[in-house]
Amino acid sequence: MKAFTVHTGLAMPLDRANVDTDFIIPKQFLKSIKRSGFGINLFDEHRYLDKGEPDADNSQRPLNKDFVLNQPRYKGASVLMARENFGCGSSREHAPWALDDYGFRVVIAPSFADIFFNNCFKNGILPIVLDKEVVDALFKEVNAAEGYTLTVDLPAQSITRPDGSVIHFEVDAFRKHCLLNGLDDIGLTLEDADAIKAFESQWREKSPWYFTAA
Amino acid sequence: MSGKTLYDKLWESHLVKQRDDGTALIYIDRQLIHEVTSPQAFEGLRLTGRKPWRADANLATPDHNIPTTKAERSRGLDGIVDPVSRIQVRTLADNCREFGITELDMDDIRQGIVHVVGPEQGATLPGMTIVCGDSHTSTHGALGALAHGIGTSEVEHVMATQCLIQKKMRNMLIRVDGKLNPGVTAKDIVLAIIGEIGTAGGTGYTIEFGGEAVRSLSMEGRMTICNMAIEAGARAGLIAVDQTTIDYIKGRPMAPQGELFTRAAEFWKTLVSDADAHFDRVVVLDAADIIPQVTWGTSPEMVAPVTGVVPDPDQEKDPSRADNIRQALKYMGLKPGTAIKDIQLDVVFIGSCTNSRIEDLRAAAAVVKGRKVASTIQLAMVVPGSGLVKQQAEAEGLDKIFTDAGLEWREPGCSMCLAMNADQLPAGKHCASTSNRNFEGRQGFGGRTHLVSPAMAAAAAIHGHFVDVRDILLEPARA
Repeated sequence: MKAFTVHTGLAMPLDRANVDTDFIIPKQFLKSIKRSGFGINLFDEHRYLDKGEPDADNSQRPLNKDFVLNQPRYKGASVLMARENFGCGSSREHAPWALDDYGFRVVIAPSFADIFFNNCFKNGILPIVLDKEVVDALFKEVNAAEGYTLTVDLPAQSITRPDGSVIHFEVDAFRKHCLLNGLDDIGLTLEDADAIKAFESQWREKSPWYFTAA
Repeated sequence: MSGKTLYDKLWESHLVKQRDDGTALIYIDRQLIHEVTSPQAFEGLRLTGRKPWRADANLATPDHNIPTTKAERSRGLDGIVDPVSRIQVRTLADNCREFGITELDMDDIRQGIVHVVGPEQGATLPGMTIVCGDSHTSTHGALGALAHGIGTSEVEHVMATQCLIQKKMRNMLIRVDGKLNPGVTAKDIVLAIIGEIGTAGGTGYTIEFGGEAVRSLSMEGRMTICNMAIEAGARAGLIAVDQTTIDYIKGRPMAPQGELFTRAAEFWKTLVSDADAHFDRVVVLDAADIIPQVTWGTSPEMVAPVTGVVPDPDQEKDPSRADNIRQALKYMGLKPGTAIKDIQLDVVFIGSCTNSRIEDLRAAAAVVKGRKVASTIQLAMVVPGSGLVKQQAEAEGLDKIFTDAGLEWREPGCSMCLAMNADQLPAGKHCASTSNRNFEGRQGFGGRTHLVSPAMAAAAAIHGHFVDVRDILLEPARA
């Protein structure tokens, strides 16, 4: 996994609550057996006017010019501003893969769905929860000022606005550690292999009925 | 000191290591695998040279994008017309072979939707921790197992380590007191719950469902409720173990047998919340207040009783909620104040991990028996949850009842619930669906989904619009 330390990028507002994983990446693209190449179909049903297909030439498809992602002022955006319960719905990791592949490194929202939130950290994306009032203020500012850029500093747990003011955010210590160092958490867990083996052997002794082969 | 909740007990019994930062390593007893969220995890194992920690803890079956027509299914893997889907289903088979994992492949009578197959095979047992790369893994909580959906990175993590890194959730109890009215089902209960607490109401919680109305449900009904815990934002739903649970498990192929079963059952009976357990939040509903439910919008919380009307955004005080309602009504092509019963339908889908078990099919068949699907319905289909459900339904003659009435009888799979295969809801069409999500585009690009119970979907098929199934059930039975 790629590490995340400090990121400065253009912010893009997605002013809609309960953005679900079908909204982020529709199901037909989940047929891929790879974990890359989803960025061109991020927000597919809103970004294009027609129905997307995995093998389509997306450069030929009609764009929905009203959709925020297609507005020239947000070209190259890498900080996504979102509303409540972002990422609700399925467990598809294709959702953060699509965000990452498009180029988003940070998602800021008042709340996230649990599985999506967790999946972001596994893919070098930093999801940040801020109070609704703060998110409201950021939406106002990003709408008002073209080229609105935020600097997200993970070690300092801070977001710096264009005017230099700083917003603090919370992040779990373990997730922060993994993200800062780009750590593979399987490798970390396997450092506890002895503890897992010890647990397993007492559990097998106590509850042998869970160890019949599938 | 207060007692423990069922969730507390399941958590503590699987705790391998508590870390100082609040995270924990939790041992996983069972991983269920399907074709969509696993290829990248297997690839990860290959790239790092890792092997499954315990191959026999995994069980795989293809379900999300396999075809449901006989024509395609009769030719096995090679019969899958969509080449991208065919590669994905083949990749699952190849990966399972390479890593020594049991797969119930598409030609196996036991194949089906992973959340139907697990309990049916006895691969899901009370007291287990269960994961799957699918959010509806919450289903298995109906058997008193701690079960939740995970992403593909975590699928790989569980394959490689038999553990998951987790933070403990908070405890919520949702109690549905009293007796259900006739014609009201588990689906109506869970939709009413989501309408009450919202789609983010359970975020950060494990929800235990209790109360007389829940306790009196069959295992199938309990699975319907826990299945949709995730639609209330909770990764895991739970129902305490009782005799209904134990009777359901007895004799299932992968369940313990004989003396081992007796010992296991003794332990399973302890899998209930203590009387003095502390819940961080308690929600109480009265079963008598619940009547058949229909969603009108693009989120499962946008739900109304069948006797109700589509809401008016101008009457909503919260401006962001009003916006949500406006967006939903625009997508759904509905006007405020429209009676739910006046919503005209084009398609009916009976199936999905929420409602494709034998009891669901019986409930739908009881409604359509001796009747005909309305001429305005362009497609009405029944997709059983597994090959064994299909076999059982055919043994009971349910397939004949459906086809006589004009519904299509299909092969098992996820089908039009998420429309990854050819079963797609056309743009602008309204569908009465027994599935779990009414998101924009969920059942097909531009499709308009209304979530209902199997009996309500069946009644809608007959009439071409929503009707209160309680009225139909009161009519004299037809031959």
